[in-house]
Amino acid sequence: MSAAFDSLNRFYASSIGKKILVALTGLMLIGFVFGHMVGNLLIFAGPDAINDYGHLLQTALHGGGVWIARAGLLAAVVIHVVATISLTKANKAARPDAYAQHKAQVSSKASQTMIWSGLTLLAFIVYHLLHFTVRVGNDFGSAAYVYKTDEHGHTVHNVYKMVIDGFSWAPASIFYLIAMALLCSHLSHGFSSLFQTLGISTDKSEPLFKKAGYAFAGLIFAGNAAIVLSIWLFGYGR
Amino acid sequence: MSQLNLHLKVWRQNAGQPGHFQDIDAPDIPDHASFLEMMDIVNERLISKGQEPVAFDHDCREGICGMCSMQINGVPHGPEKATTTCQLHMRKFRTGDTIWIEPFRAKAFPVIKDLVVDRSAFDRIQQAGGFVTVRTGSPQDANALPIGKEVADAAMDAAACIGCGACVAACKNASAMLFVSAKAGQLNLLPQGKPEKDRRTLGMVRQMDKEGFGNCTNQYECEAACPKEISVRWITKLNRDYAVAAVKEALGNSPKVAGGGD
Repeated sequence: MSAAFDSLNRFYASSIGKKILVALTGLMLIGFVFGHMVGNLLIFAGPDAINDYGHLLQTALHGGGVWIARAGLLAAVVIHVVATISLTKANKAARPDAYAQHKAQVSSKASQTMIWSGLTLLAFIVYHLLHFTVRVGNDFGSAAYVYKTDEHGHTVHNVYKMVIDGFSWAPASIFYLIAMALLCSHLSHGFSSLFQTLGISTDKSEPLFKKAGYAFAGLIFAGNAAIVLSIWLFGYGR
Repeated sequence: MSQLNLHLKVWRQNAGQPGHFQDIDAPDIPDHASFLEMMDIVNERLISKGQEPVAFDHDCREGICGMCSMQINGVPHGPEKATTTCQLHMRKFRTGDTIWIEPFRAKAFPVIKDLVVDRSAFDRIQQAGGFVTVRTGSPQDANALPIGKEVADAAMDAAACIGCGACVAACKNASAMLFVSAKAGQLNLLPQGKPEKDRRTLGMVRQMDKEGFGNCTNQYECEAACPKEISVRWITKLNRDYAVAAVKEALGNSPKVAGGGD
């Protein structure tokens, strides 16, 4: 037991071990980000669709499903963030004296700013949870947001109205759009990067992973920004 | 043949002391000179003026020893692709150019003097597993061990690494992954190296971490700067080999891992 624990410790202490954890948690978060966007796009199918979907998530496994998902995502985010901060600190320490001239020949701006896009996203996630999950500083949890579905006659939370009202306020919409742009940037490097760290990339597959990463990043941005923009600028549902 | 009039900004430093850039004018440099020959000319002139010459590393001057270093205008070994500093020629510059010349900068490569850095961290990584243990005595027959052409070619590609440290110098994190992955990968690929694959991988990666190199962020600046064009696919392989070795170590019998010392 302790020998296995030692090995785990040693794995985390190593540069490659930490990177593999970052890649695996990144993969989990990529899966989540995709599912989250697809679910949210149900807003364009009307109040019944998205409110039923919200109710389904809340009541899956007798209400336990959402907590299992939350625990898994929290663990993934914590490992992803703690490991990358520790790696970044080691990276800074590895070059104490900066070059007067240092020319990047092939790396993208997105890849050079992963820590900053990542930390801004962390702040966004906190804001996003306070906004729509904990509902602090708004009345999204009040009786005004109870909805009776046509199909089943359940009373459920009115996710539809909450999202419409949430994005009717310009500052929130702008912050969401900035966060999605940074997520797009983060994914454009992170997606293909994880295949390299997990030892999967080959000369033939690497260009495909790269293109898939750009496409995925663009898709996530387009899908999520469509919700914000159609409500905020084009008055969808208002 | 034409002559170049150049302006150099050269890093001057004594070990353990803070360094600075010295402005040196270098007029009348023949354009067929190599970069190191240009430095020789500059040093001759400094010596004749009674000043201290610029210290820089060099040995074979034919691109295979890995001794010459120098960050030239922000790029290790200068602007030419797949070219060491000694093989870089002054015709690649224009008269009137300002050239910034810095040492390879990394915590694991401390400056000895001016442009000379101590790259013995690489030696210690090699000692931690970059070898094949062979018995002494007469060698076996050369054809006794069949090796596929593809494997032999790939191992040869990795073996082209001259250990110059340009990968570390180019990386924004001063990571040594390209060097370590080429050295480990070359042997991990060949039948002679397979028996010690796991302990080699663990030993070399741990020594790399201990030396204070940074971590790879998959930006591939190392590959772009490498004078021998070592592919980052070796890093992919090292990541894979490390994951397998770490799992085997955690769950299987413990291999004895060699150390490269401090």
